[in-house]
Amino acid sequence: MDFLNALVAFSNFILIPGLAYGSQLALGALGVTLIFGVLRFSNFAHGDTMAFGTAFVILFTWWFQSMGITGGPLPTALLALPFGIAVTIAMVLGTDRVVYRFYRRQRAKPIILVIVSAGVMFVMNGLVRMIIGTSEKNFTDGSRFLLDPKTFRDATGLAEPLAIKTTQAVSVVVAVVCVALLFWFLQKTRTGKSMRAYSDNEDLALLSGINPDRVVMVTWMIAGALACIAGTLYGLDKSFRVFVYFGLLLPIFAAAIVGGLGSPLGAIVGGYVIAFSELIVTSAWRKILGYLAPPDWLGPGLYQALSTDYKVAVSFVILIVVLLFRPQGIFGGK
Amino acid sequence: MKKLLLAVSACALTVGAASAEDVKLGILIGFTGPIESLTKHMAAAAELAMSEVNASGKSPYTFVPVRGDSTCTDAAAATAAAERMITAEGVKGIIGADCSGVTRAVLTNVAMPNGIVMVSPSATSPALSADPDNGLFFRTAPSDAREGEVMADILTEKGVKSIALTYSNSDYGKGLAEAIAAAFTAKGGTVTINAAHDDGKADYSAEVAALAAAGGDLLVVAGYLDQGGKGIIQASLDSGAFSTFGLPGGMVGDSLPAAIGPGLDGSYGQVAQSDSPGAAILTEMGKTSAAPFDATSPYSMESYDGAALIMLAMVAAGSTDPNVYKDKIMDIANGPADGSGTKILPGELGKALELIAAGKAVDYDGASGVTLIGPGESAGRYKEFEIKGGKYETVKFR
Repeated sequence: MDFLNALVAFSNFILIPGLAYGSQLALGALGVTLIFGVLRFSNFAHGDTMAFGTAFVILFTWWFQSMGITGGPLPTALLALPFGIAVTIAMVLGTDRVVYRFYRRQRAKPIILVIVSAGVMFVMNGLVRMIIGTSEKNFTDGSRFLLDPKTFRDATGLAEPLAIKTTQAVSVVVAVVCVALLFWFLQKTRTGKSMRAYSDNEDLALLSGINPDRVVMVTWMIAGALACIAGTLYGLDKSFRVFVYFGLLLPIFAAAIVGGLGSPLGAIVGGYVIAFSELIVTSAWRKILGYLAPPDWLGPGLYQALSTDYKVAVSFVILIVVLLFRPQGIFGGK
Repeated sequence: MKKLLLAVSACALTVGAASAEDVKLGILIGFTGPIESLTKHMAAAAELAMSEVNASGKSPYTFVPVRGDSTCTDAAAATAAAERMITAEGVKGIIGADCSGVTRAVLTNVAMPNGIVMVSPSATSPALSADPDNGLFFRTAPSDAREGEVMADILTEKGVKSIALTYSNSDYGKGLAEAIAAAFTAKGGTVTINAAHDDGKADYSAEVAALAAAGGDLLVVAGYLDQGGKGIIQASLDSGAFSTFGLPGGMVGDSLPAAIGPGLDGSYGQVAQSDSPGAAILTEMGKTSAAPFDATSPYSMESYDGAALIMLAMVAAGSTDPNVYKDKIMDIANGPADGSGTKILPGELGKALELIAAGKAVDYDGASGVTLIGPGESAGRYKEFEIKGGKYETVKFR
């Protein structure tokens, strides 16, 4: 019984939140890694692209809600998602046309593109603030729980509750579907293969007749769509605020680099590594240990390695350690 | 009607000036700075009290307000303004200062060396309770520590033995959490954890996991309702960590039950709010006054009460010497211990002067229900509430 309680507490406070947060990070890191692989620069504007897409998903959600269209038990935002993705893709393609294409034609160094993307980041951040405001926006609707903590406690008779929020389940399912589609696209379709070829060796790809403009366009479209989906899932599960998305850049980059920049599989693994490290290090283990160890073994401490304020520091430390000892990441990116 | 009133009060002023001694009272509040939107109402309320006393014609003194700018934040500027009031204008008492920081500076550097009584309408820092003041400092606003005591009382009465406590990482949150923890521990309760949360985060599930690990009968959230406080409650309900919450004043507002929904039912707490009948009277007086102001604006009622206390104490002591009349302020505010003093509400200052002249005891209640406790600070009135069906239902006032 005690062991079951410990297991439930672990699932409730670490496993389920970690899976949901990891899925959101993985989708974000996939976008970063694709841009890095094909366009060869670190896109600092990715966090704010996520915020931009989410802002439009929120606007469409409100519009649907005002017309009485809802997703039933699922969040209405899922219906609004395709429209948000369309706007985001239009935005990133526009940015590429106006800003990045110029530097690409100049054959600018990657570091210049990184600085340019920081500029794009600030512009986009300002845009989102103008469009939707700086305050917190809550757009989650539908049924709140897939598994209600009270129902679970009553049904099992365990002391510990287990809750699965609808948004957590949606995050994981949507992430799995997106990743499956992306891998199918990269492995099986002609365009996907040409993208991988372009990423592996640009000159060789050009020689064999691959149209670079088309590859760049498709990459931006996929990255924009992933950014919008990742942002919307994060906003649904937690809450939407422009500055928070700006701050998401660090864990997302940490995830992409831990997995190996340019490696899609690495981005996914990296997302979960970062999410679970943050939770495991900042979580208070007292409750879980309390079920496993005899009560008098534990002192009054919380068994918390770091205060939750240091959550961001965890991804930062991981980032530094990986860059110092294995800069190519787990899956050997670039 | 307004013209008539103006004429009458003008006449009264000139008549008074002919027969009575002029006494200047300083109003030292931040006319510029972060609370400038409040101070115009505060000053108008204090000045209304003075013109009311002058118009009654029953005071041996005619009170003249002198405004000074405390800036709320700049201690040097506030000290200079207070110095000028005392040396150049010769004020006999100061209503102010407003913010806790400048109030402490003015009290130590100006009021104590010069022996001037200060009645602050709005300084709420617990530190002021312990500052040495030679009996010169009073406040008509309650100390933040008071809310902690009230909350501890409520929790103990509800039979709560242990609480988990989380506070907004700000001066307000930290001070309040310390006050709650100290008061609750003193009453024999256990605080399992006292942890800060930062406002403006997207996700509070990690904070809640730590709070849940520490456990407790309920979770006290000393935060802000539109900020981290809401996030903490939402994350607690989402993970089933806590189902009942203790809510101090910063968590009171209709947006909270609207955002959280039925999960909040059964939670309870307290908020500074007066049920004093004087509040409604002063609100009405403020609307019809020659210089109209909004008495429901924070600390306006306390400003009126501060000015009234100084004036009544001077008349009762028969002296404008701060070292003489300072001893009368507590008597005026609380009346005799047996409660036989006549209650005085706003607009009844003339009646109070008559009673004092006749040698009868008064118990000044004023607009904010003044009762001074400890080192001369307001006990404050708190509304205990419980959330039922998404509404803050009043349980009682304490």
